[in-house]
Formats: sequence, C-alpha cells, structure tokens
Amino acid sequence: MIRKVRTHPSQNERLLFERSSPGKRAWQLPELDVPAVDPVEALGAANVRDEIPGFPEVSEVEAIRHFTRLSTWNYAIDHGMYPLGSCTMKYNPRINELVARIEGLAWAHPYQPESLAQGAMEVMARLEAALAEITGMDAVTLQPAAGAHGELTGILLIRALLEKRGDPRQKILIPDSAHGTNPATAAIAGYTVENVKSTGAGVLDLEALARAADGDVAALMVTNPNTLGVFEDNIAQAAEILHAKGAMLYMDGANMNALVGIARPGDFGVDVMHLNLHKTFSTPHGGGGPGAGPVAVKKSLEPFLPTPRLKRVRGKWAWDFNRKRSIGRVRAFYGNFGVLVRALAYILAHGGPGLRNATVDAVLNAVYIRKGLEPFFDLPYPSPNMHEVVFSDERQAKLGVRTGDLAKRLIDYGFHPYTVSFPMIVHGALMIEPTETESKFELDQFIDAMISIAKEVETDPELVKGAPHSTRTSRVDEVAAARKPVLRWKPA
Amino acid sequence: MRYLPKSDSERRQMLDACGAASAEDLFAHLPAAVRLRRPLDLAPGISEYEIVDYFRARAAENANGYASFLGAGVYRHYRPVLVDTVVSRGEFLTSYTPYQAEISQGTLTAIFEFQTMICQLTGMDVANASMYDGSTAVPEAAMMAARITGRHRVLAARTVHPEYREVLRTYALHQGMPVEEVGYGKDSGAIDLDDLERKIDGQTAAVIVQSPNFFGIIDDVKSAAEIAHRHGALLVMVFTEAVSLGILAPPAGADIVAGELQSFAISPSYGGPFAGIIATRDQFVRQMPGRLVGQTVDTHGNRAFCLTLSTREQHIRREKATSNICTNQALIALMATVFMTVYGKEGLRELALQNLAKAHYLAGKVQNVFTGKCFNEFVVRVGNPELVNKALLKKKIIGGLPLGRFYPELADSMLLCATEMTSRADMDALSGALRAPAAAEELA
Repeated sequence: MIRKVRTHPSQNERLLFERSSPGKRAWQLPELDVPAVDPVEALGAANVRDEIPGFPEVSEVEAIRHFTRLSTWNYAIDHGMYPLGSCTMKYNPRINELVARIEGLAWAHPYQPESLAQGAMEVMARLEAALAEITGMDAVTLQPAAGAHGELTGILLIRALLEKRGDPRQKILIPDSAHGTNPATAAIAGYTVENVKSTGAGVLDLEALARAADGDVAALMVTNPNTLGVFEDNIAQAAEILHAKGAMLYMDGANMNALVGIARPGDFGVDVMHLNLHKTFSTPHGGGGPGAGPVAVKKSLEPFLPTPRLKRVRGKWAWDFNRKRSIGRVRAFYGNFGVLVRALAYILAHGGPGLRNATVDAVLNAVYIRKGLEPFFDLPYPSPNMHEVVFSDERQAKLGVRTGDLAKRLIDYGFHPYTVSFPMIVHGALMIEPTETESKFELDQFIDAMISIAKEVETDPELVKGAPHSTRTSRVDEVAAARKPVLRWKPA
Repeated sequence: MRYLPKSDSERRQMLDACGAASAEDLFAHLPAAVRLRRPLDLAPGISEYEIVDYFRARAAENANGYASFLGAGVYRHYRPVLVDTVVSRGEFLTSYTPYQAEISQGTLTAIFEFQTMICQLTGMDVANASMYDGSTAVPEAAMMAARITGRHRVLAARTVHPEYREVLRTYALHQGMPVEEVGYGKDSGAIDLDDLERKIDGQTAAVIVQSPNFFGIIDDVKSAAEIAHRHGALLVMVFTEAVSLGILAPPAGADIVAGELQSFAISPSYGGPFAGIIATRDQFVRQMPGRLVGQTVDTHGNRAFCLTLSTREQHIRREKATSNICTNQALIALMATVFMTVYGKEGLRELALQNLAKAHYLAGKVQNVFTGKCFNEFVVRVGNPELVNKALLKKKIIGGLPLGRFYPELADSMLLCATEMTSRADMDALSGALRAPAAAEELA
C-alpha cells in the first residue's frame, strides 16, 4: 500500500529553443552613460560575430515558467528521504543560503586588498580550525573544489613528501570496496593501482595488506567507515603496517558523517584525508555540485599544502604565497568560498555537542532501517553498521528482480532510490544511507515501502520490473542514448 | 536541535527496536583506542539570528561601498533576479546528481540546454555538463589533448591566466607532461607566434591560448591554431570572460575550448564556486572528461534525457577513466543557464557591447601598454601600482590588479577592468586620480 504519495499532473514543457521567437526578451539594460562603440572598429571585422545561432529568445514570464516546470520533474531532499548510500543526502539548512549571499561575502573579489578581505579570510581560518578539531589533524587546506579534487591534492602531498625523502614510489593500494574516484585519482597522480581484497567480514585484510605493502607502496587509500558502512576496526594496525614500510595512510572522508564527535582519523593513524563539505557538512548537492573537498593533514605534510596559505601577520590575516615546498595550486584563487561559508554556518548551528548528536542520530537511523529490513533482504556482511547499511538483492534475484528494479519501484512509493550496485564487493547491492535528518515517521514509511516491495517481488514481479509507473517519465533507454549520442539540441 | 527531527521519546522507541540500551551501544563495536573521549572543542550551537549576525559582521570587515576595477578572471556583472529565484528552488538546490533519470528530468533537461547553449556560444559540437572552474578545465583539456594525440608536451601562452598556468603545472608534473610557455609581443600583448614556431615540435600535444587573454586582448587564436595543426597538435582555447562571447566570433580553429562561466551571473564570492566548461568537436567526445547528458526516449516513446557515455567516467572505468572528476558544478551551471536564457540572443550581444563601450571609454583616458584590441580589460602603466592603489582606496576606489606579482617585467603596470556595472562617474574619478598632481606626487 503506497501511503506517501499520490499521482498528480505535471506540466509539459518544451526546450527553450523550441519556445523561442525572435525579438522576445527577458532583459533590459540601463542606457549607456558613455559613447557607444562600433564593434567592428574596436575589435576588427574578423573578430566580431553576427549572431549566436539558435540562442534562446524568450520573455521573463516564459523563462520563470520554463525553469519552474522543469524543477517539478525533479525529486529532492525537500520532498523527502533521499537514502543514497555514500552520498549523505541530509537536509540543507536555508540559513546557509542566506548568509552565503550577504553582499560583503558574495561580492568579495579574490584580488581585493587583504585589508578589505579580513572577514572572508577569518571565515576560512575559523573553518580550517573547526575541521582540524573534528578530524584530529594538524592542518587543513580549503582549496580543493570537491572530494575527488581533494583526493588528488592528498595523493600529490604524499608524493611530494616521499619525493623529498628520495623516492616517490610507484603504487597506491586500494581496497576492492573503494569509490571509483580513488583509483582514478591515483592514476592522475601518476601512480599505478593495486587492489587489496577485503576479508570475509568486509574489512581490510591485514595479512593481505602486509603482503602488498612493499617498499614500492606510497599509500593505502581507505574509506572509513568503509562503503559497507562498517568501521575498519583494525585501522590503527593498518596504519602501523604502512608506517613501518614508510608508506602513508590516506582516508577518503566521504563517510565522515558516521564519525564526527565519535572518533577522529588523526587519532587512529591517518596521515591525510579529505572531507566532502557537500556531504557531512550539509552544503547542497545542487543536482551534482558545487561541493568542496578540504584536505586535512598531519604535520609532516603541512609544508607541501597548496599555495597560498593563510597566515597571521601583526594581528591581521594575510596570504602566504611564498612556500617553496608546496605542491603548487590545485585551482585558481582560494577554494569554493561560497560553499565554505555554508559549511561554517552548519558547524556554528550545531556546535561541538550538536555535531556529535547528529552523528548519533545518523547511525541510529541506519541501524533502525537495518533492523526493519533484515528479515526481508539478504545482509551479506553482518558486522555492525554505522551510518549506512548494505543489503544484497540475492533473495529477489532468484525471482528475477534485481536491485535496479527494486530501486525504481521505490520511486513509486515516493522515495528516491538508494545507491544501486555499489559497493562492487556486494553482488546486487542496495546501499542505504538515511542521514540524521529523517524523522521516525519518514523512516517507518520507508521501511514499510521496502517490505511492501519485497512482497510484490513474490506476488507480482513484473510490477516491480516495469517500475516506475507513477512518474511522468517512465524507464529511459540509456543504451540508446549511449549508442547514438545526441548531446545538444539542433533545429529539426 | 532544529535540524534533527526526532523527539527523545521517538529516539527511545528506536533504540528499543534496535535492541540498544543507549545511544552509546550503537558505537560499542568501535575499538576503545579510537574513540574520542571528550567533547569536540567547538562552541555550543547558536540560533539562526546569531548566525546571520556573525556573517554580517564578517562581511562588514570586507570591502563595502567601493568602486572596483578588478577583473583578471573574476568579473562584476549584474545578476538578474531570476537566477537566484530559480536556483533557490529546493527541487534544483537539494537534489543529487541525476543518475535516476525518471525523477531527475528537471536537472537533466536544464543541463542539456546548457550543453546546447555552450555549443552555440563557442561554435563547438559538444560541451560537457561542467568542470570545477576554468583553472581546472585547462589541465583537463591538456590531458584530453594528450590522450587524443598520443603526445605529451604542452605549450601554454604566458598570456593565459597565471593562476590557471600554475594549476596546469601542478596537474602536469606527474603525468610526464612537460609544460613550456610561449611569450607575448612586447607591443601587441598577444601571443608571440614566432616564439610558438620555435618551441612547437612533433611531441607537442596542445597549444593553449586564452582570448581575450589575461591582458584583455583579443588573441590570435586562428594563427596559433594554424601553427598547432601544421605540427599535428591541438589548439586549446581558454576564456575567462564569457560575456565577450556575446560579440566575439567563436574561436576559429580551436579543437578544445576550456572556459570559465563566472561572468554568467555567478557572484565573485571571493573566488568560488564558479563553473568551468570543456567543449570540443564531435570526434573527440569519447576523450572528454566530466558528465554528459544525452537525449533518448522512455518506454512510452517520449523524449527524455539521461547521463550518458559514462564509460569514460571514474565510477565505471576507475583507474582508466578520462578524469577523476565526480561532483561538478551543476547548480552553478544552472545559474549560467538561467543567465543565458534571460539575456538571450540579443541581450548577450547588447551586454557585450556595453562592456566594450565602458572599457573603451576608460582606456581612452589612460596610458595603455599594449596596442592589441581589447574587450573589457586592458593594461595601463601607472608607475607604482601599489602606491596608486593605496591612494585610490582613500577615494573608495579599488584600483586594478598590480601585474608585478605575475609578470615582473610589468611591475609598473596594472590590469583594469570595466563592465556594464562600472559607472562613468567612477571611471572619471579613477582617471582623474591617476592624472591628478596629488597622485603624481605620491608616485614620485
């Protein structure tokens, strides 16, 4: 029984280009207060374009209706639970949006004099300090633009330190449960990737690690809790094995929402890690970005952090560009400042004790879901889980229904699907991360929906395999999209 | 706490259901040695009211009420109200990457429109759904060119944004991708084509040229492309001032365009978040980094959109991916999409013309260093830029960017920018101050 949603009509809407008409406009510029310039004269005839062929021409009313109608075709956290494992889709507080738009912050130019940017720099310094305290690390750079960018920064830091010691080494070890960005990052940083198998319990295999950790290994990249939502309980021993071989421990902080206020990577042997402010610290995903991927390091790596660094000079903030051992810049300017403002607003709202309470609720929600669904879905790794729980579709697959089908059916019940078919060490994975910002009521509805779907698999598998049935767009043909790519609109 | 939607009695019920006596039980499996046994050393949580207060106070410590002539990759353009109206909708703001196409058609359709408009603007066949920013789009374009050509050497004009070149060097260092720089004409301020001819060889994968370049000058992309192509290299065209594309012809001969869209209604925001793009020709699409949205149909035969060609990407290809990029700048790209929609075909041209008129008005009143044709930025010789700027601050004017930090040979010059938001009165005040005896004395 679907309790959360009912179907309702949604507006059709053509593409902008299909509703354009010459001369329509949504803009008006003020009168020029200087003489107009002939572009051909000023720029040269060869440099001037006639027009932008195909560019839209619509009125203001049509523009706002267009984007409003499109928006109604999206599911969003504001609609309800969005239990994508590893993505930490928590509520995005609106106060964060407001403060990021305060004029003195939003209109600060990155090259304005430091004396007129003290407020922006103070915000960054305070966030750096808060993240260092939360992670137990010694120094933080806010420059990386997203998680994968933070990974790249972190691996380049490791490379720089090892190079300084005389040998950058060749390999990065990555568990088979890792996010795809980890091996992709290692490759971009010039390392080869060696996969390390997990134990039957889904955690790091210390023996396998000890065998793999030879003198050519630069680092192990590990997510903790891992992508099964399981805490790597021998992480400290893993760090010892690596350190004994002169290698380093990199932690992917994608799952930091399970640890804030409970345990600190800096206290269990991690040398360098990144955080995803758009996950743990509530900045909006915005349909795929922007994010921010600060990197936190131990002291030994601090000299190599990207330039510039904040420093205190005679009671004022200043940018230090003169850092000889730095890996250089990983992006222009100082980072995704607008995202940093939002993350700091979130930290201020919760405060120290509040952040820990949020972690407790995040774990409680995931354990509650596990208890509710364990009788109905296969749980391949029964270790205690933290902020997320990973089931497999084994029982349903026997009846011909796969995790992707179950996920699509969840849409009919009014929920966004969980993460499908990841991590890869679980065959047919259902990776569920509720986050702390779901009420008991919403969680109960979700559990009921999942149980109902499990029953449908037994009574009417075709219903599940054909889902979703209630959306304005039914299952899309992704194969056709890739076979003959149409990547832009063209006039008929 | 206002973001946690549970009462204590609900928590109790849930703990009971989980068989836990207390919340602490949920963490009992963690090794004792890793546990944090004290509260985080962060102040207690505060109210919404206090948060606004805190950030207003920080904002007050920044520049307020100043006229500004800073550009250099970050431009002050008017942001139409519709932009924030649209991106503040929770359906766009609080949704994830559109992997579940059936309930993400809003984001997917908007990205498809975005890709189309970027193609129309740049004259390219295909554009991706966004990169982090212009500075990271440049090394991604260079790596793409290396994959396409099977070569590794990169030549970048010194007139490419200096910070973009720094980022390029960071990425290139460990890819076996040597980066060399091509000089600029002392008079023209444009790429030195003779120097390019001297440095290019059969191992060159990409020639990277920016236009308008860092000095604001419309660079000779066409000639650079001819030289690049004659040697089997690709031409990567970079732009930082997207508004210029409203009037400038699309880059002739470019194979890859790597650009920054900050000018399209994205606040300067002390340097980010912005949105970069990569656009290219059809034949190179499978070597592109980043997400792509494609058109398809659903089971009812209705037009629909979905993420596509993802076999290039890290979540499928892992270490063999074209890039490690995952999260990009979707919401910022949406801002740019709304901006392009609001201005449209005529408006973007008019906007570009206003920028041109303003900058040329100001350029006519000061001493230009270069003879090349410029759009809305140009280099002026002022003697001691730091001192000049200090004097200007007293008049509530933030002057241009002193160039000595990036170009020691231009230590006596600054980069000035005028946009549609720069008033004639402010330009007169600036040029007056630059000429005034008082300023001259201060310079002496």
